[in-house]
Formats: sequence, structure tokens, C-alpha cells
Amino acid sequence: MTTPNSFRAQPDESGHFGDFGGRYVAETLMPLILDLEREYRAAKADPAFQAEFDELLEHYVGRPSPLYFAPRLTEALDGAQIWLKREELNHTGAHKINNCIGQILLAIRMGKTRIIAETGAGQHGVATATVCARFGIPCVIYMGAKDVERQQPNVFRMKLLGAEVIPVTSGAKTLKDAMNEALRDWVANVHDTFYIIGTAAGPHPYPELVRDFQSVIGTEARAQMLARTGRLPDLLIAAVGGGSNAIGLFHPFLDDAGVAMIGVEAAGHGIASGQHAASLTGGAPGVLHGNKTYLLQDDDGQITEAHSISAGLDYPGIGPEHSWLHEIGRVRYLPITDSEALEAFQLCCRTEGIIPALESAHALAALPKVAKNYGKDAMILVNVSGRGDKDIFTVAEALGVEI
Amino acid sequence: MTRLSNAFPKDRAALVCFVTAGDPNAAATPAILDALVTGGADVIELGMPFTDPMADGPAIQAANLRSLGAGTTTADILTIARDFRARHPNVPLVLMGYANPMLRRGATWFANAARDAGVDGVICVDTPPEEDAALGPALRASGVDLIRLATPTTDGARLPTVLGGASGFLYYVSVAGITGKQQAAQTSIEEAVARLKAATDLPVAVGFGVRTPEQAEAIARVADGVVVGSAIVELIGKHGADAPGAITPYIQSLSAAVRAARKESK
Repeated sequence: MTTPNSFRAQPDESGHFGDFGGRYVAETLMPLILDLEREYRAAKADPAFQAEFDELLEHYVGRPSPLYFAPRLTEALDGAQIWLKREELNHTGAHKINNCIGQILLAIRMGKTRIIAETGAGQHGVATATVCARFGIPCVIYMGAKDVERQQPNVFRMKLLGAEVIPVTSGAKTLKDAMNEALRDWVANVHDTFYIIGTAAGPHPYPELVRDFQSVIGTEARAQMLARTGRLPDLLIAAVGGGSNAIGLFHPFLDDAGVAMIGVEAAGHGIASGQHAASLTGGAPGVLHGNKTYLLQDDDGQITEAHSISAGLDYPGIGPEHSWLHEIGRVRYLPITDSEALEAFQLCCRTEGIIPALESAHALAALPKVAKNYGKDAMILVNVSGRGDKDIFTVAEALGVEI
Repeated sequence: MTRLSNAFPKDRAALVCFVTAGDPNAAATPAILDALVTGGADVIELGMPFTDPMADGPAIQAANLRSLGAGTTTADILTIARDFRARHPNVPLVLMGYANPMLRRGATWFANAARDAGVDGVICVDTPPEEDAALGPALRASGVDLIRLATPTTDGARLPTVLGGASGFLYYVSVAGITGKQQAAQTSIEEAVARLKAATDLPVAVGFGVRTPEQAEAIARVADGVVVGSAIVELIGKHGADAPGAITPYIQSLSAAVRAARKESK
């Protein structure tokens, strides 16, 4: 395989990242997708759009998020210095809001008057409901009926924020079915509705625009690292479900040859158990939800159920740019099990006084495997993509504690 | 002339009938297909079940789940097609479904398997012209028609893109929405069909939301084909393997309406 001149030049004009990505949608949606692409190009070139995005990120979201050296975690792992990008300190408690701010500004620019979104654990739903409240736009959130049961606090949050939450009872009643239902709504309401997709996946231009909005993470981190230490980190680590926090951290560093990257996939009960959400490690390329990417599927191309203790990673696909970065070898993807993530969750709580989201705990769980491979002067930067308050019930149950 | 183009006579509209393969199970499908033919179906659309049928409404979603729940495989669907071709040498058969099951073993494998099973055409719901390279070239090389969809959102500027590489017939999805939900106003259908027929020599078949003989007759006055799906699938949902007894008279009522449509107006 030839090495491209830049790893940051994807996708191509037709929305492909190498062999992945594209626009696999019903004809009804195609004109809208093409409109969205035109409008996004115009917005990207418009300084006023960028200025409004930046202003909201600073004063509403609370950016820049801190870059934090984690001394006790570093000591506990006895290897490279561990640095954390503190996305969990954003308004609404995760990186999701960055993307929602960008997309709602696009929706307003396109004159759309109704917002829809899918959500799994409810984090993207809460972030979407938040920006809809901020801009006074009606909002419908599709959520698998099973997830509605499991994530009552987030359902209530969304309702407080004025969103209508629709439980999805079709299929397996989880995130992928919520996404199917959101697509069904969109196809029937193309004239007035904007679909805020929560991760760097879906039909082009979504993977690109979500990445661009989330790249604030990596752009800040790169500048913060240089300002604080005078050099770039040796390794970046981030958890990958759909992969928006990971691509947001990685993308600004992709052409820095000295910076290695690990994307952590959820291995659930272990890859061999078949109960996991590791599309790259345990899946194969296919087409779902508008893009070609690695998917969990059987020999006939039927999508199989994902499993992870982290609801945010519990999806049978992955963003197409990650599939490409995996195939060209620029990013290494590492599976981490539920129990490894639980260990890391507790370690981070005890050593740093930071309760990470279970998603982020997967990223932290890569540290014991790699930190010792680096000298004490080396620096590893982990994206703490969200805070773990939402996960304490799940963690308590997994640890056999009643609360 | 192919089997598919022969199915759209000049003097009347063709009746195109959709069912999901393997619903309620693979063993029951042949008798259901025979009931469609007996009732007067001119073209059969055989749905390939998929776990995530995002363009379909509740009726066809449920049919997909029933089929997959019964263990229907791609091999079963191809067997159903091959046996249908043996029983009905002249009735065109179209496979309709989503990209992932079609592409799983490679586009060339699928196109050749479809051809070898006697399939005349393929409709892939989530592969628009922009992604033609994924499936189109393989189908054309195998001599299987690639049937494209046009919708109310396909404007004049976009229509040539849709028609490029299309063959067999053009499927006009008359509502912006999912299958089986509501029917478009007759005037909007008439306008759209006129617009499409001005742009292509392919037969234009109209579907989505067509359930009654009256609706079918109205569409048959202006279009080359009328597609009925969810209403048939609902009969299968209700009657299961006993559905053929209910399907034949229902299809007969649609077929009679389609055949009468242009006689009255003359």
C-alpha cells in the first residue's frame, strides 16, 4: 500500500475514506445530503460561522478544556507520563456537545425548523436536547426501548430540556434501531428536519463534519502540549464506539509522524465470546446507516448485536475514517474488555479523583498494557471523553454493590 | 426484449407485487409466490430480509424479522428464486433489498448468483447512483437489470443522474417516507409520472402506500406499473403459511382494477 502525502486529506470528493464511507442512503435522502454538503462547504469557508461556533464553545461549553498531567496515575503505572484531555469538564459532561453546537448552527443556516437525533446511553440525546433548548428548536430523540429502561436519568434530563423522547420498539430496541427510526423519520420529513448524528459515521458529509467539529479536541490538545512541554506527546489514546472523540483527538496529529495512536474498541466479555462491540477486531467491512465501514455481521450480512458494559460503545459499527486508518495502519486499534475497563475506572477514581465515563475508562484501560513500553520522559495523552456520574449504577451492579 | 420489459405491455399497466422472502418461513414462500401469479401479478419483487430495513414501515419491518427469525439465509432466497423460475419461466422476478446482504460475498458473486437463479433485476434501496460502483457494474456484467428509484425529492436536475445506468423499469416512490404508510395524492402522482416519462423510455412503476383496487386503478391510468407491497405482507402477517388463500383473491381484485383502468377512460 502506498503512503498518502497527508493523512488529513480525507475524504475524497465523493465522501470516501479510501474504500470506506460514501453515501449509502435511500434516493429520497440524496438531494438533502447533497444540500447539506454544499451548505457545510459554505459554512466552513464563512468566518462568521466559525466565529459563532468558537464563541459558543468558549462561553457556553466552557472551552478550552484543560490538559492535565496526572501524577498519581503516572506513578501507579510506573512508565510514561500520563496526561489527560479533560473533555468530561464540558457542559453536559462529555465531548458530544462540541458536535451538537456545530450541527445546530448548520441546521439554522439551512433554515430547518425541527431537529431529530438518535441516542444510545442518552449522552448525545442530552447534548442535542441541550442545544435545541438553547436555540428554541423543537427536538425529537429516538432511543431504543431497552435503553430507555436502562437510562432513566438521561431520559428525564432530555425531557427537562424540552425534548420529546420516542422509545423505539423495532428490531433489537437499542442504538442501531434508534438510528434506523431516526432515518425513517428523516426520510418522511426532509423538507423541515435536520438530523443531528451523534458520531463520526453515517452518510457523507456527516463523518467529515462531525470530525471537523470534534477536532477542536485535538487542536487544543496539540497547542496545550506544545505550550506546556515544548513538544508533542508520544502516544494518543481514545475510546472508539462510532469514534467521534477519538477522531477529534487524532485528526490534528495524523501528520505528526512521531505521534503514535491507539483507538480502544470495546471487547465486552472478550472477542472470543462473540459478545463485544469491536467492529475492527471482530467484524468485517459492510454497509450500514449510510456508510461503508467495518461492522459486526454474520456470513449473510445480517447485523449482529453488539455488547459492551459501556452503552456509548455498544454499537455494531465504527466511523469510516477509523476503518481507513486501521487498514493503512496509521492508528492501532486495541480491544479492551468490560472487566479491564472497570479496573481502569476504579484506578482513575482513586488515583486522580476523576470519575471517568465507562467509555473513557476503556481508553484508560489501555495504559497498563502500554505505559511501561515507554520511558519516564515519554508522554501519553488520553482523552477523558466524558464524566462517569451517569455510569455509577452500572458500575455498582458490575461490582456487586447495592446503592 | 427481456422478460422484464415484456411484462409492461403498451395497452395496460403491469401489477408488481412485493413479498419478503422467507416470511413466515422459507418453506412457505413458494406457495405465496404462486398465489401472487395465480391472482394476476405481472412482476414479482422478492424482498431480501435484513436486520436493519431503514426504508421500511412497520409491516415490512415485521416481515423482515419473521423471516430472519425463521432462519432464512441468502442461500434460501436464491433457492426460492431458482425454484420459482423453474415453475414460472415467463414471470419476471426482481430481488429487492439493502446493500449489506447483497455485497457480503462481493458484488460479482451476488450478480452471478442472481443471474444463475433466474433473477431479472435488482433493486438496492440504499445504493443511490453516487455509489453505483459498489453494485452496478457487476449487475450489468451479469445481464441483470439494475432498477433505480426516483422519489418526490428527485428534481429535474438530479433525474439524469438517477436514469444513468438504470434499466428494467423505473420505480417511482410516490411519497417521501417509508413503505406502507400513506399514499400520495393522485394529482402529484400524475405530474410525477408525466415528468419521468418525458425523461426516459423505461416503464415507470409507482409504489408506496398502494392498497386498494381503487388506488391501483387510478395509478394504472397513468403509470406503466403499480407496485403493491405492505398490504400483501400484512396478509402474510395475519395468515402466516395459510396466506395464499387470502392473497389470491386480493391480487385478483387489484389485477382486475389495473386491467380495467384504461378501458373505461377510452
